[in-house]
Amino acid sequence: MNAAEAVIKCLEKHGVEYIFGYSGGAAIPFFDALVTTNTKIEFILVRHEQGATHMADGYARSTGKPGVVLVTSGPGATNTITGLITAQMDSVPMIVITGQTISPMLGKDAFQEADVFGISLPVVKHSYLVRSHEDMTRTVNEAFYIATTGRPGPVIIDVPKDISSTEGVFDLDAKMDLPGYKVPGHGDKGEIETIAKAFKKSRKPLLLIGHGCVLSEAEEEVRQLAEKLNAPVVTTLLGKGAISEKHDLSLGMLGMHGTAYANFAVKDCDLICSIGSRWDDRIVGKLEEFCAEAVKIHIDIDASEYGKMIVPDYWCAGDARLIIEELLLHIKRCDSQAWVDQVKGWRTDFPLKYDNIEGGLTMQEVLAELDKQSDSEAIIATDVGQHQMWCAQFCKSTQGKNWLSSGGAGTMGFGFPAAIGAQFGRPNDLVVSVSGDGGFQMTLCELATAAINKLPVKILVLNNSYLGMVRQWQELFFDERLSGVDMEGNPDFVKLAESYGVKAFRMETSDDVAKVWKEALAYNEGPCLIEAVCNKTDNVYPMIPAGANYDKMLLEAPTVKLEKPTGST
Amino acid sequence: MKEYPTHTISIYITNNPGGLMRMCQIFSRRGFNIDSLVASPAMDGRFSRVTIAAKGAAESLKQIILQLEKLVDVMHCIEHKNSEAIVREMVLIKVLANSANRGEILQITKHFGGKTVDFTDNSLVIECSGASSKLDAMIDLLENYEIVEMVRSGQMLVARGDQPT
Repeated sequence: MNAAEAVIKCLEKHGVEYIFGYSGGAAIPFFDALVTTNTKIEFILVRHEQGATHMADGYARSTGKPGVVLVTSGPGATNTITGLITAQMDSVPMIVITGQTISPMLGKDAFQEADVFGISLPVVKHSYLVRSHEDMTRTVNEAFYIATTGRPGPVIIDVPKDISSTEGVFDLDAKMDLPGYKVPGHGDKGEIETIAKAFKKSRKPLLLIGHGCVLSEAEEEVRQLAEKLNAPVVTTLLGKGAISEKHDLSLGMLGMHGTAYANFAVKDCDLICSIGSRWDDRIVGKLEEFCAEAVKIHIDIDASEYGKMIVPDYWCAGDARLIIEELLLHIKRCDSQAWVDQVKGWRTDFPLKYDNIEGGLTMQEVLAELDKQSDSEAIIATDVGQHQMWCAQFCKSTQGKNWLSSGGAGTMGFGFPAAIGAQFGRPNDLVVSVSGDGGFQMTLCELATAAINKLPVKILVLNNSYLGMVRQWQELFFDERLSGVDMEGNPDFVKLAESYGVKAFRMETSDDVAKVWKEALAYNEGPCLIEAVCNKTDNVYPMIPAGANYDKMLLEAPTVKLEKPTGST
Repeated sequence: MKEYPTHTISIYITNNPGGLMRMCQIFSRRGFNIDSLVASPAMDGRFSRVTIAAKGAAESLKQIILQLEKLVDVMHCIEHKNSEAIVREMVLIKVLANSANRGEILQITKHFGGKTVDFTDNSLVIECSGASSKLDAMIDLLENYEIVEMVRSGQMLVARGDQPT
């Protein structure tokens, strides 16, 4: 057996079903091993390495199992960087194996050589350059352990070609050697009891639920906690589905484009307890004014999140599910019925709505119809921008692992390949990729991957011929000076899909929406693309300008000129 | 520009390639300027001892320590106040010296507990160790002569008594 074959055997041992990747010279021993080991692992040949990483990411987010990527050295490896930072920012478990030039040529600018270890350092949880074939299986075992435990994240393993080709005796169960690696689990009981006491005094408690609750599969515990406390729940973009958005206590997403009622609740609560969220800048706005009067509690598996954005009154480090389980033993119903009623009033008085000023097709109605026809049960993968925010607002999520969106990195081009990965992981579920015309064109080459694998993934392209979110900012904060946002030159998306052998539909008016969705959702022989030609200048509301406090929330288009936002993009 | 205090941090880390890069990145990403960095194998060769002196805001430093602790390779990371640790630095100074001023230079060296490690007709190399402030004072005096070259080691430390470093 050579080291590459040992790696494939190790991957089998770790339960890997799919490897997403792209071949190349320095990785040939691995591709050869896929044949010689007669493995059951299926290799999915993508069309671009970035796509492979997003597929692995979508697979991981939708199944809870780590995604695996195999690419070659140099440009093959550097093309994974966008996917790595996407996974790193959103704590997604991923293993990326990269081929590397032979060891004696390392550092000599050999053909297709790149210092992958160095380049990837800031965008991974951990990284390896394998120096000896004797380290190979231990490295793979460590990589899986690191990627999937604690706060999950991507791990890269760079393997010189001479090492992967080396014959030897390999112990697939090679013992790990990670003396410095700490995995927090159960939180400190004393701290949890203190947190329970803080809840006792609260009349207006609010739970802020983040991606950590999805990652630790704490959906049931979150529901129990909310019901036992009688506390409304807001979720972050990535926390969507950690409590069913159809639950009475769920207020949906908070923050920059969150629901008005979620944001009113954040502004008015007397206690906010974040579980598995990192108080992202899209949520907290003006730091010093965020929930200034409320007691702040932070529960997170990553101790370095403590005080990074918000300095909490109480803090506990550990796994979200385990901490909530313990917390449930100590808490009682809060005296919060008046508060819950008040919040429900806001939900009635300030519902999500949209105007159709241009009179054409709105993205919101396309998404609302998808939500209706799929009964909120679809796995949805989005790109980044206006469509993403409308999708978060109008497509309700009932399960954590059904919402796949690039939150931290905000990666355009993420949605479509992530949907492909999810469809591989959950072949019997409805998977919908939701992209804008901008993001879709960044990874549309994966139409081939979807087509040849006959994946029944639905590819919604919401086409407004603009990079809509940037246009919105330029309109609102830069005196309508539009620059670099016109997507002139867009292809005919229907013809484009058809040229890949992909079934395609087009929606142009409101009358088309229900009919096309019905037809598209019934089509299961392979992928299908739905182009929705939408109004060009609709904007997303509610909106809290970046860096502003919650008082500055706009419920509709402003009538006065706004100041330039001080927060990040 | 605001002048931040210098913090002295000791890190105990597994002796793997890339460990130093990972640590430095955590400082640079948060706008910290590393004044000095000393790294060498620990008593147990599988680990390294690293001492980093860096300037920056105290609140950011807390974050940095937590981020360092999070690294897979890092066993522990501690900020040491001077009173809790023995902090030392070493300097080698090559200074021009002739028969007229050599005596004065040697007198300064002796005063600071330094020693001469190279002696030629027209130059001396002086070795001295101690607190960085002491070395600064000696260098100030020697600047009255012509310092040709100088190498400082950067700070290294060991915690006092039962405290771990």
